[in-house]
Amino acid sequence: MGSAHTRPLSDPEIRVKALESLLVEKGLVDPKALDELVDTYETKVGPHNGAQVVARAWTDPEYKKRLLEDGSAGIGELGFSGMQGEDLIVVENTPEVHNILVCTLCSCYPWPTLGLPPVWYKAAPYRARAVSDPRGVLQEFGVDVPEDKEVRVWDSTAELRYMVLPERPAGTDGMSEEELAALVTRDSMIGVALVEATA
Amino acid sequence: MNGIHDIGGMHGVGPLEVEKDEPLFHAEWEKRVFGIFFGLAPHGYFNLDEFRHAIERMGAAEYLGSSYYEHWLHAYETLLMENGAITAEEYAARCTEVAEGMD
Repeated sequence: MGSAHTRPLSDPEIRVKALESLLVEKGLVDPKALDELVDTYETKVGPHNGAQVVARAWTDPEYKKRLLEDGSAGIGELGFSGMQGEDLIVVENTPEVHNILVCTLCSCYPWPTLGLPPVWYKAAPYRARAVSDPRGVLQEFGVDVPEDKEVRVWDSTAELRYMVLPERPAGTDGMSEEELAALVTRDSMIGVALVEATA
Repeated sequence: MNGIHDIGGMHGVGPLEVEKDEPLFHAEWEKRVFGIFFGLAPHGYFNLDEFRHAIERMGAAEYLGSSYYEHWLHAYETLLMENGAITAEEYAARCTEVAEGMD
């Protein structure tokens, strides 16, 4: 950033810079390790991981069975694990049931498969309304759930997180696992979108 | 304890705002705040539950008026001072230095 600031630093900028410099001096934080960690979440961990899990479940019934029985282990089979994924349950969307995730208390989210949550997921309006008016929230995201279809809302906790296994769209019968994974969006694994046959 | 963080079902907290093609971080400082957590984690000044509790202890106005990563920052400040890793004086002095461009 250099010493010649072109604008005054904001309040959080000042506090973070001050805090990091004190912690580095005290040997509590290594700035290089910090850079690497940020890079990991920017480039390696993200919804593309979850999309692989979904595509495998769509194409391998035995895998899907294991995944629904033990989410963490099933996801671990594809090599994804770590922070905020220790205990994970995968909930399946079906013609009868639509699932959506929220963390009303804060921001719990399946990091190993979806990466870091978007701002709206962590913000008050979604957390407040996902549990009181899930169908209304889904409508705002463009998902109309028919009256006779059950909506299940899963409130994540620090100990237990969820991921939605979306419904495989019609017209994708001939697709490879890789092609299917490319269709799967972050929002579909939170439950606020459906997977479309064309990405 | 019931606090402002327990927001499920609450009315009047504003409209749902969804940003298209949202970046993972919205500013450099957010990345630093995120990373600091993992630097500090092995040193034992706080665990994840204490961290969350420090956010839950925020006053309602500050909680609702600040962003997600500001909540994290608030938690570091609170816990590191409570546990003696940094003092309020040295932190205030360093903030002044940074603000005046003397860092």
